[in-house]
This record gives sequence, C-alpha cells and structure tokens, in this order.
Amino acid sequence: MKYMTTFILAVSLLMLSGCETLDMIAEGFTSAAVATGQITQAEADSIKKSSSAIGKAFDKLTPEQEYYVGRSVAATILSSYKPYDSQAANEYLNTIGQALALSSDMPETFGGWHFLIMDTDEINAFSAPGGLILISRGMLRCCKNETEVAAVLAHEIGHVQHQHGLRAIKKSRWTGALTTTLAEGAKNLGSEELAELTTAFEGSISDITSTMVNSGYARKLESEADATAIIIMKRVGYNPNGLKNMLLEMGKNLSHDKRGFAKTHPAPSDRIADIAPLLEACGPITTQIQRTARFKKTLGNI
Amino acid sequence: MNHITTGAGAPSRRTYAIYLAVTLLLATTTVLPAKEKSMSIQVRQGQLRSAPSYLSRVTENLKYASRVTILEEKGTWLRVRPAESTKEGWMHTSALTKKKLKLSAGEANASTTVSSEEQALAGKGFNSDVEAKFKENNAEIDFSWVDKMEKIKIKTSTLIKFLEQGDIKPSAEDAQ
Repeated sequence: MKYMTTFILAVSLLMLSGCETLDMIAEGFTSAAVATGQITQAEADSIKKSSSAIGKAFDKLTPEQEYYVGRSVAATILSSYKPYDSQAANEYLNTIGQALALSSDMPETFGGWHFLIMDTDEINAFSAPGGLILISRGMLRCCKNETEVAAVLAHEIGHVQHQHGLRAIKKSRWTGALTTTLAEGAKNLGSEELAELTTAFEGSISDITSTMVNSGYARKLESEADATAIIIMKRVGYNPNGLKNMLLEMGKNLSHDKRGFAKTHPAPSDRIADIAPLLEACGPITTQIQRTARFKKTLGNI
Repeated sequence: MNHITTGAGAPSRRTYAIYLAVTLLLATTTVLPAKEKSMSIQVRQGQLRSAPSYLSRVTENLKYASRVTILEEKGTWLRVRPAESTKEGWMHTSALTKKKLKLSAGEANASTTVSSEEQALAGKGFNSDVEAKFKENNAEIDFSWVDKMEKIKIKTSTLIKFLEQGDIKPSAEDAQ
C-alpha cells in the first residue's frame, strides 16, 4: 500500500511537468520498474499508454497544424455569419488587434493574427485557433470607445493564447494512428492516412465550433481570458477598466438578446465580479481627442 | 495497480529505485534545453529585427523550418544568426521552436532547405492536403473570406503612427 502511494505521488508530481517530459518520464519510470521486477512489461505498456493520454494531446500540434484547424473553424463559422464588408472598419479593428496581439504571450502564430467583423446584430465573438478572430457588429455596439473595443479583442486574443479552442477537441479524436501521425510518423501521407486524418480533422473542427457556438467554454476559461485581456491592455497602454465598462454595457444589451454570448458566456455581472480584484489600481478611462475621433468615424454607426 | 505492490524485494528499496530513476530523468530533462543553441522557425514567415521589439525594423525575412543559432537571450527575445545568412538580428521566442520542422510537400523553398529524404518525411499532420480534403467533403463551407482576412496586414509604420496619434503607451510598470 505504501508502495502504491509512492507510485501515485510520483506520477502526480510528474503530471505537473510538460507533456513531452511526462512521456519521457513514463518511459524511464516504467522501464526501471520492469528492470527491477516490480511490474510486467504488459503493465508497463499500459502505464505508458495512459500517461500519454493524460498529457495534453493538443500540445502535439505544431503552430502550422493549429493554423489549419483555425482556418477551417473560421470558415465554418463564416458559413453561418456573413462578414461585414467594410475595409475601413476591418482595418481599424486589425490595427488595434495587432497592437494587442503583439503584446500577448503569443505574438507570433504561423499565419499571423487577423480580425474580421461579422454582419449580425447578435452579440458574439469567436477566436479560431492560430489567431483568426471574428467579432459581431452587435458586440461592437457594446463598445462606446476604442478602449472598450480593445477589451473585446484582448479577451479573444486571450482565448487563442491559452489554446482554449484546441482544448475543446474531444480526447477520443486523439487515438491510435492519429497521434502517431501528428507527432511526425515515419511514413509519407498515404490515401488511407489522409482519409483518417481528415475524419479526425472534421471531428476536431466540429468539437471546437460547437463549443464556441452552442455550449461555450467553462467559466474558469472565460476568467482566464479576461485576466489575460487585462494584462495585454496594460502592456499596450489601454486602460483595463474598458473591459468592465464594456461588460456593463453588454449586460444591458444582453437583456434583449438571448443568442450568442447570453448562451455561451457567464453573465457579465459574474465576469465583472471575477475581474474586480485585478482592476483595483486602474483609474477611470480618460478621453483622448484623436482616439475618440477615429472610433466615431469608423465604428460610430456600426 | 495492485500488481505493482506484489513484486520481489523490500518496498523501501523499490521506492528508492523509483525515486532515483525519476530524479535522474528530471535532472537530464532540465539540463538538455540549456545545451540547445539552435532552433527552427515555426511561423510561415520569420522576421529578423534590428532590436528586441516589434516596433523595430525588419531586416530580413526567414523561411519556415529554417534554422537559427541562438546568440543571446533578452526577456522573450533572442538574438539569432540564421543558418542561411550571416546577418544577425532579433526574433521573438514565439516564432521559434526547438523541434526540427519538416516542410510540407510542394512548399516553394522545400528543395533549398531540406534534403530529399526530409522532403519524403514532410506533409504529415493537419496540413493543406487535409484542408483540401475537408473542402471536398464540405463544399458548402466557403474559405474565401478566411483567405481575404489573412491578407489584411498592418505595417509597423502604420501601427507606430496609430499608437502615437492615440497617445497609447504603457505606464512604466506595465511596459514589456
């Protein structure tokens, strides 16, 4: 019994380390145990297998693979939401977004960060893996100034930085040949492998989009994205109180709209409560003529 | 799990053996990264910059999967020397990986940076082939706006002007 406790303790400690390390440790750990006659090879194999399953499967994706997942997620969402075809508004959004993304902990992604407005009254926003971010007109209407737009974008950047989208992929997609292939197998991609990969890919896209569109992320992940948004805003120089102000406005607007954020996100009041301790030292938002002018000109009538 | 408790030998010795194995492995894994002086570019277009800041000038564009030698570390920035050039410059850590990356088959620069053997290994995982198959299976999903939004690029000079005009700058304690 004492031995088992030791084993569990050792494994638990190791779970704190990264995925690759975990695999390596499981390998060395079980080999040692087999060598000293404590467990059989079959048991060792089983331990190795389960340790790999415990490790975060999405860590196996390279930024390039994450990019391809993101493209298909964004395309799938844009088949339900029409883009808002205004060059000025989209460029404005991309300029603010770029400034924020470059101050995140993931400034560079395979294909770069890009932002696009969706032409809908619904209050909604989506962040596809790799940095393709979609914001609805309804969401932008919750923003009364540029700082509040920055808050919305920084929150979505937070989701991408923490790879929340990829976390929505069901563990069952990451089995057998797929895991091997994604972790750089030894063969070229044959037609059978391509078909298998495409099935896993379609499943992954569906897991991510249905989480984003229907169920939403756990409150813990939303809180993480909000906390990250505050850090990013501070680094750039936008007052993080913009996030609180935007949430207050969103709370009012959401009372008439049960779609989108009302369905997938914690209530704005809960989010405000969660971020309150992080905003204590931040003063009120000061107005700046140029910022106000360009916001009004570009998004004033969104 | 029960089987683990029923091997030969005294439990204390077994426990010790396990701890030793684990400790040695941990020691090995923590030492390894320090020895790694070379990294791969993991973004489509790596940008070498004149200073450790995104507001600095881009001095050279580097290809995906090409290697750079690490010369110096400064926060989240690295001073590097690309294998394909003699120029030195700065890159952000998020653009680099310790892994050796393979180019997808058919990439424009495939022949110049990897051997033919490495090319044969390329093209696995979620890539353009998988996307093409996905498009074939889901004809109703339109990628044209995704392609279009990816083309929106904001120049560094535009960004600097935008921040200056809006008087957007971090307070000293929040700067990075």
